[in-house]
Amino acid sequence: MADPTPMTDSPITTVAPGWAIAALGILGALAVTAAMLDGALAARAGGKPGGTMGGPVRPFGEAARLMRQRRRTTVEADRLLWRLGGAGLLVVAALMVTVVPLGEWTIFDLDVGVMWFNAMDVMVWALVWLTGWGANSAHSLVGGYRFLAHGLGYELPLMFALVAPAIAAETLNVRAVAAAQEGLWFAVWMPVAFLVYLLGVAAFSVWGPFAPAIGTDVSGGARAELSGVDRLVFEAGRYALLAAGAAFAVPMFLGGGAGPLLPGWAWVLVKTVALLAVLVWLRRRLPAFRPDKFMEVGWMLLLPAVLLQDLVVAVIAVWRS
Amino acid sequence: MLSDIAFWGIGLVAVLGGAAVFYVDSMARATYALALSFVAVGLQVLFLQQNYVGVVTILMMVMEMAIMAVYMVMFMGMNPALMPMSMVHSNKTAIAVAVTTFLVLATGILMVDWPARRGSPPSDVTMALGESLMGPKMLVMAVISPVMVATIVAGVVLAAHRTRYDRFGDDLKQRPADDPQPGGVGR
Repeated sequence: MADPTPMTDSPITTVAPGWAIAALGILGALAVTAAMLDGALAARAGGKPGGTMGGPVRPFGEAARLMRQRRRTTVEADRLLWRLGGAGLLVVAALMVTVVPLGEWTIFDLDVGVMWFNAMDVMVWALVWLTGWGANSAHSLVGGYRFLAHGLGYELPLMFALVAPAIAAETLNVRAVAAAQEGLWFAVWMPVAFLVYLLGVAAFSVWGPFAPAIGTDVSGGARAELSGVDRLVFEAGRYALLAAGAAFAVPMFLGGGAGPLLPGWAWVLVKTVALLAVLVWLRRRLPAFRPDKFMEVGWMLLLPAVLLQDLVVAVIAVWRS
Repeated sequence: MLSDIAFWGIGLVAVLGGAAVFYVDSMARATYALALSFVAVGLQVLFLQQNYVGVVTILMMVMEMAIMAVYMVMFMGMNPALMPMSMVHSNKTAIAVAVTTFLVLATGILMVDWPARRGSPPSDVTMALGESLMGPKMLVMAVISPVMVATIVAGVVLAAHRTRYDRFGDDLKQRPADDPQPGGVGR
């Protein structure tokens, strides 16, 4: 029987739970960076900002505006579920990064870290739908259902994309997956899984091509009735999810903290920021995926492609052992 | 001590979440009360050192409740899913059955002579569980799985209103297929 956690030469320290606050700080900084980059790209694309502040400082102006805004109320809203949905995204993103090792430190060295991440990204299904449902408004309900329709299309390919690195590393432990990429990053020899994973990250962040759930054609969809601080928390949650997805890709596909000169933690951050920048940039480069049409793309193209990728990875893994 | 409190606290959440399913008057609340109950059960399983089973329970149950939300609004007649509605039916029978079952099981628990623990837990509990569940029956499971998938596919094909002749024409040559819902890959 194979040892469930293969021998690794990279030492790992599980830090005290109090450091979770530091992790939250890093996640917040990454989310703000993403928002600033998005503001800069919006300014370059000629988009007119809603407030007085444009360009990279737009997120701050937007945050100030939303914090002053009055909270909109709707008739017969299911307030409990509505608030849970809107605030949950940020919580889920924070829970995702607990299993991402920052160089030699990790908060939570869970033996099934990959599954943990997967379970958290499925939570987003519930949360976006609840945001759409809770307001008791037609547009937001349509948005919530659009997200679930996307979910039915993207979730299985995403799950099977996460399977590929786990098979190659023969473990579900995130640290061990990162250590198994000694010499060759998984992104290089499992590109299909990597690309489908990135698509999944965009999807569970309701980002770019997966934004129809919050599209302007349904008055902002799931977030239509969110205003003030509620909306700020929802948007922050989306950016945090994008950042958490980029951070998780580093140990899964990009060799973790491996790299010359710089220490491990610095490489993790550099790779995360680079990937996050790509994801933010792609927002204006890809067309929106209509939920009804994307379902077929997910099941007829992405799923077979990523299953073939898993087969190739499995054959190589068996052949190597 | 702390983990004992957490264990019992989560157990309480699981039971109360399950009870809330029948107490609330909204489909969405019932659905996610059930999800909460299952998440608490998944956390309980984590306490039993079954990390994989616990996390998978959380994953599958949240996903299933989200999909249930899709179908309850899609298929419920007159869309009561969008209105306040009672979550119980056959109330008196259900209470009688539930109380009887509880009494029988609780009596059983109190009457049975519980054996003392023999041996100690294995180092990898999940693998031990998998082997004791599947070990000698792996071949059977490997044979049954494709049969089950074939049954599901055959069932859907037989139940489908539209056949391939509706989609591709009488000589199966019509491209792209004539679908009421256009797909994304232009079949």
